[in-house]
Amino acid sequence: MDRQLSTRAKVGWALGGLAILVYALFPVAWIVSLSLKAPSDLSNQQFLPTRFSLENYREIFTGNASELFLSALRNSVGICLIATFISVVLAMFAAYAIARLEFPGKRLILSTALAVAIFPVISIVTPLFNLWRQIGLYDTWPGLIIPYLSLTLPISIWTLSAFFREIPWEMEQAAQVDGATNWQAFRKVIVPLAAPGVFTTAIISFFIAWNDFVYGISLTSTERARPVPAALAFFTGSSQFELPTGAISAAAVIVTIPVVVLILLFQRRIVAGLTNGAVKG
Amino acid sequence: MSEIKLEHLVKKYGDGFAAVNDVSLDIRDGEFMILVGPSGCGKSTLLRMVVGLEDITSGDLHINGERVNDKAPRDRNLAMVFQNYALYPHLSVYENIAFPLRLQRSRHPEPEIDEMVRRAAGLLELEEHLERKPANLSGGQRQRVAMGRALVRDADAFLFDEPLSNLDAKLRGQMRTEIARIQRRLGTTTIYVTHDQTEAMTLGDRVAVLRRGILQQCASPRELYEQPVNLFVAGFIGSPPMNFLPGRVEGDVLHLPIGDVPLPEAARAAATGHDLLIAGIRPELFEDASVLDRSRQAGGVLVDLDIDVTEWLGNELYAYVPYEPDPAVRAKLDELDRDLDGEGMRTQLVVSLDAQSRVRDGDRARLWFDPARMHLFDPESGVTLTRDEEVAARLDAENEDLRQGSLERARRAADRAVPA
Repeated sequence: MDRQLSTRAKVGWALGGLAILVYALFPVAWIVSLSLKAPSDLSNQQFLPTRFSLENYREIFTGNASELFLSALRNSVGICLIATFISVVLAMFAAYAIARLEFPGKRLILSTALAVAIFPVISIVTPLFNLWRQIGLYDTWPGLIIPYLSLTLPISIWTLSAFFREIPWEMEQAAQVDGATNWQAFRKVIVPLAAPGVFTTAIISFFIAWNDFVYGISLTSTERARPVPAALAFFTGSSQFELPTGAISAAAVIVTIPVVVLILLFQRRIVAGLTNGAVKG
Repeated sequence: MSEIKLEHLVKKYGDGFAAVNDVSLDIRDGEFMILVGPSGCGKSTLLRMVVGLEDITSGDLHINGERVNDKAPRDRNLAMVFQNYALYPHLSVYENIAFPLRLQRSRHPEPEIDEMVRRAAGLLELEEHLERKPANLSGGQRQRVAMGRALVRDADAFLFDEPLSNLDAKLRGQMRTEIARIQRRLGTTTIYVTHDQTEAMTLGDRVAVLRRGILQQCASPRELYEQPVNLFVAGFIGSPPMNFLPGRVEGDVLHLPIGDVPLPEAARAAATGHDLLIAGIRPELFEDASVLDRSRQAGGVLVDLDIDVTEWLGNELYAYVPYEPDPAVRAKLDELDRDLDGEGMRTQLVVSLDAQSRVRDGDRARLWFDPARMHLFDPESGVTLTRDEEVAARLDAENEDLRQGSLERARRAADRAVPA
């Protein structure tokens, strides 16, 4: 289909695209602008700061809020990476079994995973809070990693099993005939072929964990385990009459950066079509 | 050196359907064995049972005298080329070929792997593509990489599962000769699955014809062609296929839809006790009487036929003659047509004439053929009544001698190439 778009259609599409971009990016731009405003400018009802100041960033990295923010950042990065790693590894095995093997209860596992995914988080927070306090997981890293797995595992299993299903059976059979054990065939053929799927899954899992607020605020009490989204709620102004808007904006900008970096880094890896040429084209 | 022995192999699926039913084959060392049949006849399943990708329901599979039913594919030391090649897309051509060797890293040090890969690549003329990825190769190159991966390691036997069916006609012809050349040179036992009877006839030392999971006949291509055991084999082997004509026996005369034919000496005994027979006449047995040598005409019969359509191919000419079959054998012929993946089209006689012939569409032509070379089949069981066991045995022995001879030559040549 090499139908050329008419000029009018092009302009139409460009305008439509622009509208969506503005709609999506305006809040982000607003937060960036807020984070760069000096405290006196915060409520001057202008979009752009009258003078650019890095005071808010100084505040969260070295000032009053730094204690709260830096430990939270450390917690968030650590907890999310560990949760993502465990969830992807577990999901890889589960999805492989679901895609390749016939066993009783396969449908049950898939539908349970889906049910868990749509189960409202807020309804289990209170029981978890009590349980965690009893068994000593409250306000610890594992205390957050475990509930995060419940959020990330279902979607990981679903996306990965879809990826595994796409990989032709013959790949594996060929490996077995070539002399590979089941494990070698999985590791040397299936996993490399599923790499784009694994990366996609890892990124989705990471975001889900990274963006969580409900577990983060309910299952932690100190900087031992409190993640960034929860820590933002604990920022205070420099006096009780001042809102910590600037510091919160700066922190929000900082926590968005890993997300953007991740996307830019792995964008090229999330390319399907790696299996091109595997079988006849 | 390896022999593969299939003893009463059965593959039954959960619903009781037998995809392979009681197949016994004895594949000799260095032999090129073809499994052929129409789609759904169980030939691929049988191959996958040999390599270990399908479980064997019952029966025994022996490789070099050892029962391997319960061995995993990797322990059977067989190499296989898949229909869709199953190349590893994330690995270069070099790594694809080296893959089986790397799995036995302990057995092959790195310099040895490199040497073996380059030797296999040289054999298949893949040297200049070693660093490329499968996605950037043409169909024929991918096919050769798949073969390289199979023959790089010292496997007991090569198994091919319709390796040429994804190539275009010209390339298929080239690769066919290439496979034959490599197999002869290496002298490795080979099992080759195809639905294409040309591949079967040209490549095979012996050909096993399967139908609905049951082995019909396993013999040399020549024997299959000249002494088929039943209607199915006769109809499957040969292109264009053998013509099947219903014939009524009356004394020494056989009434065919194309005319009356005297029953040849040899066929008389076979025809006794039957009123109705199916006569099988290969298209190339017919000649155009007007361009045929007078001297040859004596032994045969002449029939006048209305030609419906002709196809001139340069080296020969096909002519089609529609006829109404006898209702008594119609059902049998229809069933045969279905088994051979036919379309249930009109019944017609196909004749292959000399390209010099001037017969054209709509002509009434005088054709000649020799009834002595006609096959007669029992219309009930489909068994060939005119099969001569003695001739068949002689053909078989001849074929085995020729095979041993060429295998011997190949091994001597190989010995000379690598001085001890």
